[in-house]
Amino acid sequence: MTVITAPLVRRMFRAEGLLRARELGIVVAIVVVFVATTINNHAFADAHSVQQLLTGASLIALLAVGETLVIVTRNVDLSVGSVVGLSAYVVGDVFVKHPHTPAFVGFVIGTLIGAVVGVINGLITTIARVPSLVVTLASLYIVRGIDARIVNGKRIDPVNVPRPFTEVGYKTVLGIPWLAVIVALVVLIVGYAMRTFRSARDLYAIGSNPEAAALAGVPAGRRIVSAFTISGALAGFGGALFLAEFATVDATGGTGYELSVIAAVVVGGVAIFGGSGTVFGAALGALLLNTINQALVASRISSFWNQAVAGALLLAAIAFDRWVGLRVARRMQTAEGAHRDV
Amino acid sequence: MPAVHELAEPRLVLEQATKSFGSVRALVDGSVTLYPGEVHALLGENGAGKSTLVKILAGVHQADSGRLLLGGEPVSFTGPAESRAAGVSIIYQEPTLFPDLTVAENIFVGRQPRKSGRRIDQGQMRRAAAEAFARLGVELDPGRPARGLSVADQQIVEIAKAISFNANVIVMDEPTAALTTVEVARLFDVTRALRSHGAAVLFISHRLEEVFAICQRVTVMRDGKFVRTAPIDELTVDDIIRAMVGRDLDELFPKSESSPAEVALQVSRLSRAGVFDDVSFSVRRGEIVALAGLVGAGRSEVARAAFGIDRRDAGEVHVDGKALPNGSPRAAMAAGVAFVPEDRRQQGLVMDMSIDHNVALPSLSRLRKGGLIRRSAERRLANDWAGRLQLRYGRMSSAVSTLSGGNQQKVVLAKWLARKPSVLIIDEPTRGIDVSTKAEVHRLLDRLVADGVAVLMISSELPEVLGMADRVLVLREGKLVAELSRAEATEDSIMRAATGQAAGVAS
Repeated sequence: MTVITAPLVRRMFRAEGLLRARELGIVVAIVVVFVATTINNHAFADAHSVQQLLTGASLIALLAVGETLVIVTRNVDLSVGSVVGLSAYVVGDVFVKHPHTPAFVGFVIGTLIGAVVGVINGLITTIARVPSLVVTLASLYIVRGIDARIVNGKRIDPVNVPRPFTEVGYKTVLGIPWLAVIVALVVLIVGYAMRTFRSARDLYAIGSNPEAAALAGVPAGRRIVSAFTISGALAGFGGALFLAEFATVDATGGTGYELSVIAAVVVGGVAIFGGSGTVFGAALGALLLNTINQALVASRISSFWNQAVAGALLLAAIAFDRWVGLRVARRMQTAEGAHRDV
Repeated sequence: MPAVHELAEPRLVLEQATKSFGSVRALVDGSVTLYPGEVHALLGENGAGKSTLVKILAGVHQADSGRLLLGGEPVSFTGPAESRAAGVSIIYQEPTLFPDLTVAENIFVGRQPRKSGRRIDQGQMRRAAAEAFARLGVELDPGRPARGLSVADQQIVEIAKAISFNANVIVMDEPTAALTTVEVARLFDVTRALRSHGAAVLFISHRLEEVFAICQRVTVMRDGKFVRTAPIDELTVDDIIRAMVGRDLDELFPKSESSPAEVALQVSRLSRAGVFDDVSFSVRRGEIVALAGLVGAGRSEVARAAFGIDRRDAGEVHVDGKALPNGSPRAAMAAGVAFVPEDRRQQGLVMDMSIDHNVALPSLSRLRKGGLIRRSAERRLANDWAGRLQLRYGRMSSAVSTLSGGNQQKVVLAKWLARKPSVLIIDEPTRGIDVSTKAEVHRLLDRLVADGVAVLMISSELPEVLGMADRVLVLREGKLVAELSRAEATEDSIMRAATGQAAGVAS
């Protein structure tokens, strides 16, 4: 028996190590881009510049955490950008109408708005059995429409946003922006939970093999609704952070974020067809994309290239996953062939 | 051995279970009794009702009538979860695991051992998995992902799962079909370990030598009915084969005398790694050649490779003397080959498309004029063939999915026959269709052959093979093991060749 399995296990571990190295690979990529840019432009390594790097990646990283939960179950949430916009404006509007509202209430309201959208996305997807791509594409437009109706041509200006609230957006602790600290905490908590709780493992099971999950008695519907709810809640929370960061918002806040988020998730090694990937990878993916973005600015390369590079990176990430998959498959085949018909 | 059974209470008794799907009676009398500490073989030809019986035990299907006793208590399962909770575990031929999860998680998904704060106790989970493997005497790393596990190892994971559920009835549905010799030996060690722990094992296999190696008692089924149960040491291979196939050829197979002409399809040394190996045969115009063998022997795979759906690793295919390029169904079609696949719903038809569109699909290039498809010509073609095949339908424009199985099969035949093929490859021509339509399809095949078409037929139904084929090629585990003339072919000689009991077969 040892004869059969031991070489397989060793082979698999090498391939598996390759997959686990995904997060490490992104870290390396970030460092390479950072160092290369700094050599060209020393200002890139300034404390202020690095803070901007982190702040700029925070919001997308936060949304990528929620998106990962959804994508792991073989679904997708396209509504996150619209949720950010709606939440940011409504929270701002609360501050306009009730200037003495405590800052934390703003975050609670934002989170709740997102959670409601998430629950609706999840329920329609699971009960009506409509592909989430379509459901959340619809809610992308509907939520944006509601947002436009509420905004009605107005905008929230910095004077209307209470000081303690905006401080979250620009103050730092030990030189690290609060935004980045908050998002890092969310990433750590969710990342830990994804490894540690039955319900979170169910998400991976559902995405990995839906039929087997049903046979194993995994409550797929409930879990998928939860994943959408968390994704929505984080997007709503992200909307409040958006307001804290920019202190101004109109009807277009958060437009197009969903695509950056999905790009970050995929670059971060989350399988687009579900079943595997970590929130750590997704958050690092967001940081890598933002670092490249800023590096191009610092190197005075046209922002046109920015998007092209993001696209190329996506293709590279997918090609890498495919390559790893093929390698694993080929290894298994040769390993199987070796002890066939003994 | 028999003494043990008389002393012990049976663990599981299934009595006279019946199950029909629509008009098809899949199970007429499903009966089996399992004792603790025994490995019990369930035998029968393809379609004898074994799978239906297993699905009733699994809770996937509910019997229409009959009794199921577990430990003497009557039970009825409304779903797989209930069956599993009652201690019945099924090991399928190809288990469905979670490829992205670790082996240990696959065993414990949804019921992982936990420590404080509802957190999963990873260490405990791995230890429990390792313990289960140790009990089975198998080395498998609980921490590795399930992706890439061999089928044999996947089965072991399923068996470990069964143990972790404290299952005392374990059903193995053709577990050895995809295993190598070494893997089968390991599975048998595991099975013996289960047996020594007092589990009742129901073992389904077509390989009689395996049954004699591992089982204590045998139950034979035929045509959905219980035939007999006996201790293995009271039976010979001959007894079992006779019990499995002994039936009257009471269905009508309208086969006229054939006069084979020149070779139309020539397959030489066809190989595909791990699937089939060095398969050579020819089919002449005016004859039906049947590819027989057990499910999984590689029959469909040979046909698919010959037509070019799957690439071949070695060998050549000639049609009317012209070589076909590798992996090109288009070239095969252009050379005059038609292919009626096994699974008409998935592969043979576009279910939501109308009848006439389906019929015209492979002939579109002929119906085209200046790049546009002429609707009238399409409809004319479909009407013509619907008439010839006596298709029963409401409207030509209704979706194919509204037709009965037999009429769907006629649509598949129509779409290929409309191309006037010189070679027809047909996989399971009459699976799942009623008797009268079966006879119609058989008459149609007979007529085609009389018109000089070369037919390669794959069938799991021995009466069909015997009734229709001029020659029978028997595949076993990817190898051509026998070629039988119409005179030589009997249920007995085919089953012997297919199960590897070669005595008496001129190979």
